[in-house]
Amino acid sequence: MNPVHTRCDVAIVGAGIIGAACAEACAAGGLNTVLIDADFPGGGITACGMGHIVVMDDSAAQWALTTRSRELWMARATSLPDNIEYDACGTLWIAANRTEMDAVEEKAAMYQQHDVHAQILNSAELARAEPELIAAMSGALLVRDDAVIYPPAAARHFAASAAVLGAVMRFGQRVQALEPGRIHFADGTILDAERIVLAAGLASNDLLPNLPLRARKGHLVISDRYPGRVRHQLVELGYLHSAHASDADSVAFNVQPRRNGQILIGSSRQFDVTDTTIDAPLLAQMLERAVGFLPFLRDVQVLRSWTGLRPATLDGLPLIGPSTQHASIWLATGHEGLGITTATATAELIAAQLLDRPCAIPAAPYWPARFAAEPTNVAT
Amino acid sequence: MSIEPTLSTDILVIGAGPAGIAAAVSAAECGRRVLLIDDNPQAGGQIWRGTNIDQGPVSARGWLQRLESSNLQHINGCRAIFLADSNLLIADLHGQRCAIRFEHAILTSGARELYLPFPGWTLPGVTGAGGLQALIKSGLDVSGKRIVIAGSGPLLLAVAATARRASAHVLCIAEQTRAKARRNFAFGLWRHPGKLTQAIRLRAQSIGAPYSADAWITQAEGDDRLAAVWLKHGTRHRRIECDLLACGFGLVPNLDLAQMFGCTITGGAIAVDKSQRSSRQNVFAAGESTGIGGIDKALIEGRIAGFAAAGSADKAAVLLAVRARTQAFAKTLAKAFALRDELRTLATPETFFCRCEDVPLSAVRAMPNMRQAKLASRCGMGACQGRICGSAAEFLFGWRDTASTRPPFTATALSNLISPSIEASQK
Repeated sequence: MNPVHTRCDVAIVGAGIIGAACAEACAAGGLNTVLIDADFPGGGITACGMGHIVVMDDSAAQWALTTRSRELWMARATSLPDNIEYDACGTLWIAANRTEMDAVEEKAAMYQQHDVHAQILNSAELARAEPELIAAMSGALLVRDDAVIYPPAAARHFAASAAVLGAVMRFGQRVQALEPGRIHFADGTILDAERIVLAAGLASNDLLPNLPLRARKGHLVISDRYPGRVRHQLVELGYLHSAHASDADSVAFNVQPRRNGQILIGSSRQFDVTDTTIDAPLLAQMLERAVGFLPFLRDVQVLRSWTGLRPATLDGLPLIGPSTQHASIWLATGHEGLGITTATATAELIAAQLLDRPCAIPAAPYWPARFAAEPTNVAT
Repeated sequence: MSIEPTLSTDILVIGAGPAGIAAAVSAAECGRRVLLIDDNPQAGGQIWRGTNIDQGPVSARGWLQRLESSNLQHINGCRAIFLADSNLLIADLHGQRCAIRFEHAILTSGARELYLPFPGWTLPGVTGAGGLQALIKSGLDVSGKRIVIAGSGPLLLAVAATARRASAHVLCIAEQTRAKARRNFAFGLWRHPGKLTQAIRLRAQSIGAPYSADAWITQAEGDDRLAAVWLKHGTRHRRIECDLLACGFGLVPNLDLAQMFGCTITGGAIAVDKSQRSSRQNVFAAGESTGIGGIDKALIEGRIAGFAAAGSADKAAVLLAVRARTQAFAKTLAKAFALRDELRTLATPETFFCRCEDVPLSAVRAMPNMRQAKLASRCGMGACQGRICGSAAEFLFGWRDTASTRPPFTATALSNLISPSIEASQK
C-alpha cells in the first residue's frame, strides 16, 4: 500500500483558538501551512471556557504576553465578524476589604506606568457601575479595555482566515503519531512537515509524552437572559490569591455578561481531575460564592452547567516554542485559563520564531526548555 | 447549613401521565412504597390534562380514581433538577429544593410536539397544536376566533374538537399525510383496540370542520401578529385569513430525563427490554418516551414497568401479548403519518431555525452536525436548550444531538443548585 504523501513548511496539530491563530499567523508570514484537527475548529476546550480578553499580572512574563495579546485583539476588534461578539465591557477587579483596596492601588499605579488604562473605583463608584453588587465592597480596579468574546466563533474565524491566506485545512482527521518532520494520520496517510506545532491542549501529551502539562478542571454555569444586570466582567481580587496560588480545589467569584443577556458564572479549579462530570458539591460552593457577591443571582434561572479541562503547566505560563524532545516539533499549549486572551500573541511568537523574525516580546520565558532544568527560578 | 427535606421511596415514578399513573398504581398494588411526581399542577399528563375525576373519558376516570384510592404518595408541582447519584434525585418542590432517595425509578416522561420551521412560524398567534389545546383547557378564550389547524397526526382532530367545544370557528384541518395512507390507516383501525383509534375514526366523521389530507402549511403571514396562512393542497396554493394557527407535526419522545439517568437511547426512543427495563439496572421506562404509540401502549407499558420494578414480573407476563398489539399499532401509526419530504424545505434562509437565540436557517444549513451548528451559531443554547430546534434538526438534516444532558435537567432557580444535600455532604 502506498500511503498518500504531501509536504508543507509547518503543520499545526489542533484547531482550537491557539492552533487556528497560529495557522493564520504562519500563513500570513508566507509559510506553506496545514491546520489539522481530529474534529473541527474550536470544538475542544476552546468551546468550554468563558472567553475573556484580559491583562493579568501574576508575573512579568504573563503581563507581557497578556498585554501584547490584548493589543493584537484590540487592533483587529472592528474587523472581527459579528458572531465573535467582541464586547469591550472591561473587567472590574473587586476589592472586598481595605487590604485588597491597597492591592488595587498598587495595580493601578503599575498599569498606568505601562500605559494600560486602569481606573480606581471607590465603593460608591463601584455601586454605580454595578448596582447588583453587594454594597459592602471597598472598591474595584476597572480595566477598561478588557473584553469578552465567544471563543468557538473566533477559532472558526482564524481558521477561515488562514484558509484564505493559503493554509490547507485537514479537519475530521485524527493524528496517530508524530515523528520529527512527519505526521501519521489514523487513515494511513502521511504528511511531511519541516516543522510541527503541537497545539492540541491536554491531548498534546498523547502525541508527545511527558510534557509538563496537567489537567485543571473547571465548572461553568449559564443563566437565562438578564440584560443589563451585569455590565462588566466581574472578578474578585482574591481570585489571584485563592484560585491560582494553591493546589487544592478552589472556587472564586468570576461572572461574565454575554451580549445576549445571558450570564456566565464561574469559576472552579481542581488539579489532576480528568473526568468531566459535574461535581455537585463543588458547583454548589462556586455558586454560593457568586451569590455572596451578586445576591440577585440566587433567583436567576440556570439553563446549564458544564466542565472543561484546562491544559495547565507548573508555573502558570504556557509552552510556546521548540519542544525539548525534538527541535523540529514545537509546542503551543499549556495556556490554562488564558488561551482565549493569549491566542493572538502566541500565534505571533510562533510565526516570528519559525520565520526567524524579531519577536514583539521576549520569547524565552515561554520556551518549554525552562522545564528541562530544575525549575528553581521560574518567572515570578 | 440548612437541612433539606428528603423523601424516601422504593419506587420513584417520574411523570404522571397515563403510563406513570398505571406504573405507580401497579407497583403500589404489589405492596411497594411508591412516589409519583409530576411538574404539572395536576395528574393526567398532556392527554388527560384537566380531566375531572367525575367526567371525561371512561379510561381516564378509571385510572384517576385508582390513583386516588391507591396508597401511593403522589406529588404534583415537583420537577427533577439533577441526579446526585444513581439513587438520589434532587428536585424542585413548589420552589423549594428537596432530595428524593429511591431504589428503582420508572421514567414516564411522555412526548413533546414536533415543531418545524416555516416562514412566519414565530409570529404571535401561531402555536403548537397540543399547545393550543393546553391553552384552551387552562382557560384561553377562543370563542369566535378563526382557527386553522395544520400539521400531522391524530392530535389535530382532538385539538379541533376542543376548539369547537370552546366556540372557536375551525376553518380548516390540514393533514399533511397522503389521503390514501390515512384511509388505509382508518380502515385498519378495527384490528386495534382502544380509545385513540376510536377517536380518530369517529372524530374524522363528526368533527364538523373541513378536513383536508395532502394539505400542509407553507407560510404564516402578518405584520406584528398572524393575519393569514398559506396552505398547499396537492399542487394548489390557498390563502386563509385567520386569528390563530395551531401547528404540530406529530410527537417525539422526551429523552432528556433518560439521558440524565444515563439510559441508552436507540432509534430516538429509550431502549427497554421486555420488562421495560432500560440499560440502567434500576431504571425502567414506559409510554411515549419508549416510542410514540398512544394511550393504550402507554397504559400497558406502565403496568408492566410497575410490576417489574416491584419485583412481580409474573404479573406482567399476561400483559405481554396486549403490549405486542399496541406496539404494532404504534408502527402502523408512524407509517400512516410519516412526514412528507416537502416539509423539509418550508423554511427559507431567513426563517428562524432556533427561536430562542434568533438563529436563521442560513446559519446552520451548511453544518455537518448539531454540535458544530450549536458552537458556530449558538442555536439550541437558549432557554429551551435545543428541545425545539434539536427535534426539528433531526427531521430536517438527520442530526442527532449526542450531547449528554447536563444539570439542571430543565431551567431552574440557581438557588436550587446551592442548597446543601445532606446525603451528598455525608459521603
